[in-house]
Amino acid sequence: MRGFATGAMRAASGLATLLVTLAGLLLVTFVIGRVMPIDPVVAAIGDKASQETYLKAREELGLDRPIWVQFGRYIEGVAKGDLGYSSASGRPVAEDIARVFPATLELSTLAILIGVLAGVPLGVYAAHRRNRWPDHVIRSISLVGYSTPIFWLGLIGLLVFYAKLGWVGGPGRISNAYRYSVDEWSGLMLVDTLRSGDWDAFESAVSHIALPALLLGYFSLAYIGRMTRSFMIEELGKEYVTTARMKGASEAQVLWRHALPNVLVPVVTVVALAFGYLLEGTVLTETVFSWPGLGLYITNSLFSADMPAVLGGTLVVGLCFVALNKLAEIAYPLLDPRTRTP
Amino acid sequence: MKILRFLLAATALAFAGAAEAKSPPNVLVVAKNIDDIVSLDPAQAYEFTSGEVVSNLYDRLVEYNPADIEKLMPGLAESWTIAEDGKTITFKLRSGAKFASGNPVRPEDVVFSFKRVIVLKKAPAFILAQFGWNSENIDQMVKKVSDSEVAITIAENFAPSFVLNALGARPGSIVDEKEALKNVKDNDLGNAWLSRNSAGSGSFTLRTWRPGEAVVIEANKNHYRGAPKINQVVLNHVAEPSTQRLMLESGDADIARNLGPDQIAAVKDKAGIKVETYPQAAVHFLSFNLKHDKLKNPAIWEAARYLIDYEGIANQLLRGQMKVHQAFWPSGFPGAVTDTPFKLDVAKAKDILAKANVQGLAVDMDMISSAPFTEIAQSIQSTMAQGGIKLNLIPGTSAQVITKYRARQHEAMLLYWGPDFMDPHSNAKAFAYNVDNADTSPQSTTTWRNSWAPAELSAKTRAALVERDPAKRLDMYRELQRSVMKEAPWAITFQAQAQVALRAEVKGFIHGPTNDLVLYRDVAKN
Repeated sequence: MRGFATGAMRAASGLATLLVTLAGLLLVTFVIGRVMPIDPVVAAIGDKASQETYLKAREELGLDRPIWVQFGRYIEGVAKGDLGYSSASGRPVAEDIARVFPATLELSTLAILIGVLAGVPLGVYAAHRRNRWPDHVIRSISLVGYSTPIFWLGLIGLLVFYAKLGWVGGPGRISNAYRYSVDEWSGLMLVDTLRSGDWDAFESAVSHIALPALLLGYFSLAYIGRMTRSFMIEELGKEYVTTARMKGASEAQVLWRHALPNVLVPVVTVVALAFGYLLEGTVLTETVFSWPGLGLYITNSLFSADMPAVLGGTLVVGLCFVALNKLAEIAYPLLDPRTRTP
Repeated sequence: MKILRFLLAATALAFAGAAEAKSPPNVLVVAKNIDDIVSLDPAQAYEFTSGEVVSNLYDRLVEYNPADIEKLMPGLAESWTIAEDGKTITFKLRSGAKFASGNPVRPEDVVFSFKRVIVLKKAPAFILAQFGWNSENIDQMVKKVSDSEVAITIAENFAPSFVLNALGARPGSIVDEKEALKNVKDNDLGNAWLSRNSAGSGSFTLRTWRPGEAVVIEANKNHYRGAPKINQVVLNHVAEPSTQRLMLESGDADIARNLGPDQIAAVKDKAGIKVETYPQAAVHFLSFNLKHDKLKNPAIWEAARYLIDYEGIANQLLRGQMKVHQAFWPSGFPGAVTDTPFKLDVAKAKDILAKANVQGLAVDMDMISSAPFTEIAQSIQSTMAQGGIKLNLIPGTSAQVITKYRARQHEAMLLYWGPDFMDPHSNAKAFAYNVDNADTSPQSTTTWRNSWAPAELSAKTRAALVERDPAKRLDMYRELQRSVMKEAPWAITFQAQAQVALRAEVKGFIHGPTNDLVLYRDVAKN
């Protein structure tokens, strides 16, 4: 009974923290949007509309009311599950986000999988071969990933693998030939094409996502690999590792059974952060690959002072970060018994 | 390392042969930035791309041939008669014309279409509202005369050519009333539905619009001219010009619409690709805001006109994307003045400033921080400095710059203006007419935005608007252009040119001078 009460208290406390975090996030975003030197009405109706049209649009957008009333009405709507209408397009924001978020989620998930599956082993191996040539190679790979503009790398990737070699599909999520024959069930192109049973469409979706996913995966790899290397170097210098070696444990056992489990908690934190940044959207990648994702949506909305759209996007990003943090917190005790609370 | 090699080989094998099929023979794929679309309802659409799409989905009573914009042609009206007083025009509708739905085009559809533009009061409404139409009088001003005739009445004795030209613009599109009324929501006259669907009689129908992804239009086989040559046109959203170029080169796109000078230079000599240049109606200018006392001296405006390297910018920096043009009405249109009396002459500018005792002038100039404005601004900043004027560049996003311009908070502005319809009044009103310069009467005109209220030119603009002799009317606009060229607090600098790269097999594409005149009905792929 006591355990149940403690659990309920924790859940209530977590929920309160979540609500306060999101409300704070929305308030800051709202204020930033309102102090920006852009008139959302002009952004919505263009430069040449008459004053009568301007005033009508201003009223329709609710911008004739005091700011605190606007914010209050927005929060009230959000509490009821209504994210409002985009001032630039007139479309429901929830509908827009439901369209763009799956594109980002699909790309980010593939990218983080690549980043983790390649980055963690490379980081471990680099730590193991510290200051030898494999370490130098892996660090160089990470450094290139860190320091090369993703915009440029994306264009070069398209030039080589799409335009010259023809190995991958071009910009967009799928070829025009299949775009309208696939039922949009989940919004995740790989899932929807698989579900439709159209293998040619699935192949097209794979060939379109391959390059941006590999590219973003490479950038995640660079971050995750570098951090894993750093954690592992520190861990490999500890006495228990020396003891394990003295007891005759193989190098593989030392690395994968003894040292790696002890750095998994910080690695998971790093992965959660990297995934969060990917879900936030990578504007430049989305621009180069014409990928209709969340990052591009929020950026374009910000440029046109479309605050309902910006706030809706911010809310989704905020929820993603909170959810990832929560998942990481859940993972910690599973990975490291020392973090379990009695 | 073995693992790495294996991964690379596996990746290569997985994608080998996965190259996309090229664009299908009966589908035209256009790579273009389309994220400006807000709505595809002709009563609301007022962005570049939506104008282009709407023009392919809807017909108007009268229309322009993009290849010959000198003449207004019959559209859904096969003929029209103008009443003696010039205030009423009766249109005879084309017999047998049908909407894509199969419904016949009726006078009721014309009445409905014009009425909804006025009642909805969206951005393009002012084009029809200038006839003196409003929600209260529209039922009297647009009326069915018979089963094949509709009459429109204007409140004042404007030149009939002006009225017809304005009806050839986007809000003059005729909507299928029956289809629109089936989809009314909250008394919106079908606005929400028409934003994403079409109910027109144009050469194409809308298959789908996915914001930020693509617009797909399909041939309307019911069209009175016959079905278009191509079955489907896909406007693919590709924001990045370099990506557009790659799609064109690899054959995934048939037309790339937003290539910059570098990309154009790179593709123009490639086998299988051609580049075509089309003059556009937009004119670019640098203006001074007379709300600031330091900019009220006409010597500054005159000197500025000699401190711009027109030829250098057009030929060296923009390489064909602009041509030098110094009058407010673009060349290629009836009544345009093509004189270019100003060229870079630093000594003359210095002399003008010295005689007017203008010294140490520093001006903040707002500009959109993207091509071609950045290139133009930097060149002007350099040549102005040679003449003794210090220009501080203030870059911003388009919405940011326009917000400031609309509030008349700028000192100098580098911007462009595109006519709203193919009549010189559209630009004369913008560059030579301002009879109410009060802050409380905001106008979108260049004159009001820069706080310039030329009484004499305003009167002449008004006189040209009501002149019924077409030749005399054009002469009046020529005179206005020359006056503005010499007297206004701005320098008109360039006329835009669209450089379009196409696959060689694409025939029949014409990019008219405005987005309203980018029509796909004659396009074919050999």
